[in-house]
Amino acid sequence: MIETIRAAFVIARRDFTAIIFSKSFFFFLLGPLFPIGIAVAAGGLGSQVSQDIDNPVIGVALSPAETEALLATRTRLSRSLGSRSLPELVILKDFPGQQADIIAKLDREKSLTAILSGTLAAPVLTGSERDVKRWQGKIALLAETALAQPAAVEIETRFVEQTGSSSERNQLLTAQAGQAILILLTMILAGMVLSNLVEEKTNKIIEILAAAIPMDAIFLGKLFAMLGMALVGIAVWSTLGLSVSLLLGVHWNALPVPAVGWPLFITLMIFYFSMAYLLLGSLFLGIGAMATTVREVQTLSMPVTMGQLLVFFLAYSSITKLGEPVEWFAVLFPFSSPFAMIARAAQMDNIWQHGLALIWQAVFTIIIIRFSVMLFRRNVMKSGQAARKKSLLARVTGK
Amino acid sequence: MHAPDPEFAIEARNIVKRFDGEAAVDGIDLTIRKGSIFGILGPNGAGKTTTLRMLLGIIDPDEGERFLLGSPDPISKAHQVGYLPEERGLYQSMKAYDAIAFMGALRGLPLAEGRKRGRAMMEDHGLGDAVDKQIRQLSKGMAQTVQLLGTLVHDPDLIILDEPFSGLDALNQGKLERLIRAQADRGVTVIFSTHVIAHAERLCEEIAIIAEGKIPFKGKVSTARDRLRPQVHLETRNLDGPWRTAIPADCKPLGHHWHFTLPESGVEPLLHALVEGGAGIESLSIERPGLHDAFVEIAGEAVARKMDADSAANDMDEAA
Repeated sequence: MIETIRAAFVIARRDFTAIIFSKSFFFFLLGPLFPIGIAVAAGGLGSQVSQDIDNPVIGVALSPAETEALLATRTRLSRSLGSRSLPELVILKDFPGQQADIIAKLDREKSLTAILSGTLAAPVLTGSERDVKRWQGKIALLAETALAQPAAVEIETRFVEQTGSSSERNQLLTAQAGQAILILLTMILAGMVLSNLVEEKTNKIIEILAAAIPMDAIFLGKLFAMLGMALVGIAVWSTLGLSVSLLLGVHWNALPVPAVGWPLFITLMIFYFSMAYLLLGSLFLGIGAMATTVREVQTLSMPVTMGQLLVFFLAYSSITKLGEPVEWFAVLFPFSSPFAMIARAAQMDNIWQHGLALIWQAVFTIIIIRFSVMLFRRNVMKSGQAARKKSLLARVTGK
Repeated sequence: MHAPDPEFAIEARNIVKRFDGEAAVDGIDLTIRKGSIFGILGPNGAGKTTTLRMLLGIIDPDEGERFLLGSPDPISKAHQVGYLPEERGLYQSMKAYDAIAFMGALRGLPLAEGRKRGRAMMEDHGLGDAVDKQIRQLSKGMAQTVQLLGTLVHDPDLIILDEPFSGLDALNQGKLERLIRAQADRGVTVIFSTHVIAHAERLCEEIAIIAEGKIPFKGKVSTARDRLRPQVHLETRNLDGPWRTAIPADCKPLGHHWHFTLPESGVEPLLHALVEGGAGIESLSIERPGLHDAFVEIAGEAVARKMDADSAANDMDEAA
């Protein structure tokens, strides 16, 4: 027993000193910061996006006097209730107020959640069923307070199948779902790519490959093999899911239609998944190629996964900010570009931008592969002591 | 850039490779004739593997130029080259014949043809029972043979073997030597690196001695040996007499034994002087120096001692 403990101590001491004095221990020390940072970012972003999506704007088509009274009431009440608890009110000047006009306006103006017409004593709220039911209480409260009458104001509700606003919100949901699917699939695969060259390196096959074919071909071959595997997996699960949904009688036409339409959206999903995977995969393959042991790969896994999440958060935070600088940055930054672009596909119907984005992403993938190959050839394919003494960090940085 | 000479399988001019500012290979010139067996001799860390990797295009030289089969882009000639690296390795889950086919496929041989050849080659080399076994199920020696067959499966014009004898027992070393000769007989150029001088001495027409990233000698084995005068081992009955003027003045006897370098004048004048001078010859032998002695002369005592140590370590590994 004592001998076992002594032997265990010998092993523990070696492992402990090996880990502590390795530069990759730095990543381990930083480890707790990643989940904390991610949690803070996720919480902040989640509430921000949800606020952006659920920020209702009610168009007011009342008489000027009643409109003024209603706006004054909102200002007064928001001091005690908080501005976010009441819907935004927008005056619809010179608006005819006929039901057909209201429906047309709601369809046209994507910023409008619903339209309040009639009078304060007999208000009519028109919008999608979900929005009207959600906001009629608050509108009644505003009307009652504006009229300064204790009796409850009955709001007449009129539902339209879809307003511009609800359609936009649905497209936002499609964008969110599209991004979530992309990031999940990419995260699983890209992590696997990290350890992809370790087999060749531990089995010493890498030199045979490097002497026979261009290193770019090795990297590309590995990337495409994993991509192929992923697409087969996606095809299997999609077919299975579709079959089950057909058996259960799920109505697919109830799903919110993305701006580019379902066929193109699904095609773009496949393309953007491929590009997201190739971009992140080529980067991770390049980083993983510097690792010589499974331990080094494990050390790299966490910062790499966190990096992916940060990229996803960047894309996610830009969903509701189409055309704003942050969204443009997410579109142009290569690693977040596929996620930002799939969100665009859900919300914007112009198609040419996707061609440009795919070309940009492909060019950047090639640049990363070339850079990874250069690093690999410079820092890994060495012989003798120079190669063995280097730490992972030194191999990655080339210092 | 110079035009490559079609007579040579390899041409390297002043190639330099630095790692972290230190020159691993420091201005090497090398030409290797097509169809020859060429040995690169040197201790571990001398720059042999780095030189081979540059010649093969695995890494690029920092300075200088190299041509492999006439091309400055060695990878473009990969289908004509077979390479056995120093660090052996195969995919452990692959079947033996498939591993051979895979290595052939990397160099342009169709997979089906590679499989057919792989099976046949394994049968020819007495590994018929292991054809369908996974690499992980093979002994180390068998796996090394499989890798060597994979190096040859596509009938290359140039074979480069980095320390091919390392890790092989005496029996397999002999087999490998025969295989190298057989390839050379077919007109294939064979280049191998080694720190065991005996292999180079037996196999090579030409050698390059590499030490500390430089090549202090390149040429025929006989030329290397000729750099040293033959050694005389003489046993005499008498320790003094007129014959003493025939041998170097600083030569001291060990008992009645004398050991010295053959004088410039040659064998006959020495023999005449010894007999006429009354040395009383008990025994006399004149030995041509071996490649090892030439290596010591060329590369220096320290380098030779390191190479002997590497060789001894290799022997211990094999014994283990």
